[in-house]
Amino acid sequence: MTDLNALQYTAEHEWIAVDGDIATVGITDFAADKLGDVVFVELPEVGGEVTGGTVVGEIESTKSVGELYAPVDGEVVEANQAVVDDPSLVNSDPFGDGWLVKVRFSALPDGLLGRDDYTALVGE
Amino acid sequence: MNDIHVALGAAFTDFAGWAMPVKYSSDLAEHHAVRTAAGIFDISHMGEISVRGPEAGAFLDATLAGRLSVLQLMQAKYTLLLNDRGGIVDDLIVYRNGDDEYLVVANASNRAVVAQTLIDAAPGFDVAVDDVSDGIALIAVQGPNAQAIVERTPGLEIVDGQATLADVRYYRATAATFAERDVFIGRTGYTGEDGFELYVDVRDAAALWSAITVAGAPLGLVPAGLACRDTLRLEAGMPLYGHELGEDALPVQAGLGRVVALAKDGDFRGRAAVEAGPVDGARLLVGLAAEGRRAGRAGYAVLDESGVAVGEITSGALSPTLGHPIALAYVDPASAAIGTTLAIDVRGSRIPATVTPLPFYSRKKEATA
Repeated sequence: MTDLNALQYTAEHEWIAVDGDIATVGITDFAADKLGDVVFVELPEVGGEVTGGTVVGEIESTKSVGELYAPVDGEVVEANQAVVDDPSLVNSDPFGDGWLVKVRFSALPDGLLGRDDYTALVGE
Repeated sequence: MNDIHVALGAAFTDFAGWAMPVKYSSDLAEHHAVRTAAGIFDISHMGEISVRGPEAGAFLDATLAGRLSVLQLMQAKYTLLLNDRGGIVDDLIVYRNGDDEYLVVANASNRAVVAQTLIDAAPGFDVAVDDVSDGIALIAVQGPNAQAIVERTPGLEIVDGQATLADVRYYRATAATFAERDVFIGRTGYTGEDGFELYVDVRDAAALWSAITVAGAPLGLVPAGLACRDTLRLEAGMPLYGHELGEDALPVQAGLGRVVALAKDGDFRGRAAVEAGPVDGARLLVGLAAEGRRAGRAGYAVLDESGVAVGEITSGALSPTLGHPIALAYVDPASAAIGTTLAIDVRGSRIPATVTPLPFYSRKKEATA
């Protein structure tokens, strides 16, 4: 079980787990629940550069389309093929097997939230 | 009823002034449950209008697009209320629930306009029109196990002399009691599955919901929300008011030409416009099937093979049952033939799509049905 208090969060409902210079990124349980059943995930290509705050992918549910924002600047070093193959992982395990991309970054942006601030933001 | 939905963990959305349960668990799980077992829906937001009197049938013939006077007792018919331009004010189910009595079921968002239109049209006929929606709750049980579940619902008793649930044919109705008050049961629905719609006194709705839920639990019944209702009806090719149907489309454009009874005697609202037909080039409703996982959504452009916009999607989803994207769209007549290869502009990507017969999904009918 992922320690949710060890993660950092964005106001766009992404979470980031930092290990050295690698950030693993996913969307929160709150976002997954709001989206509904995820049926399609498009992730950025491995090796590509992403810019924090820009749209780099799509998360599509039965009812709506959500955009995946890159929370950091950096190079995509891995995209979770398991989620592409089985998008329901985003709903069933958003903080675990439902992770989306790993990005090699040089600096984290300002303004990332801790668990308490994030849950306060979404009113839970 | 609201307390029940809250207790079931429903997520709500606001629709026509109602807090509607949109899903309870997962809309995909609810969708599959309705296809393989059964789902129970609270659709109390629908409007019910009572039309009674010796001339009730003649009145409805003169007002609605269908021929309602020929309905047999406890028979239902899908029909339309048209405007003077032949556009669709609402699509309706009308039951004949007594010799001189009909029940008109309207969409929630159109309840007031349908009721007012009927009330305004009533003078000149020996008929009484009443919007009775506030006193009636509507519970739908849909899915292959629906009959078995409603049959074994404790406290729900078919009235003597009325058809048993096994004997009620599609688009027919029967009468029952629950808590000593009348329940009207139609074998109709909006999911493409077998099922029943139970019109019950609002005072008994929560108890009836609970009784059905108890009876249905061993048979796979789950509470089902509006989200899965939308994917179910889309697979079944059923148009939705505000998406496929509206005041600017003639019935024939929406594939509902057969619903308008031009053979019946006398005038009715919209008749002249329907007889005149749509203007040249008016777009037609078609079904589109695509490959992959990315669905076209309402408002997305439909393109021909050279990339020219020839239409627009009105409803679209990744079909949970079929596993590929499906959509309803209005397209130019030249692009409406079955088998035409088109494309959907999905946020900048062109997804190939083919014009496909409707419905996308139809249940396997039993040999005896």
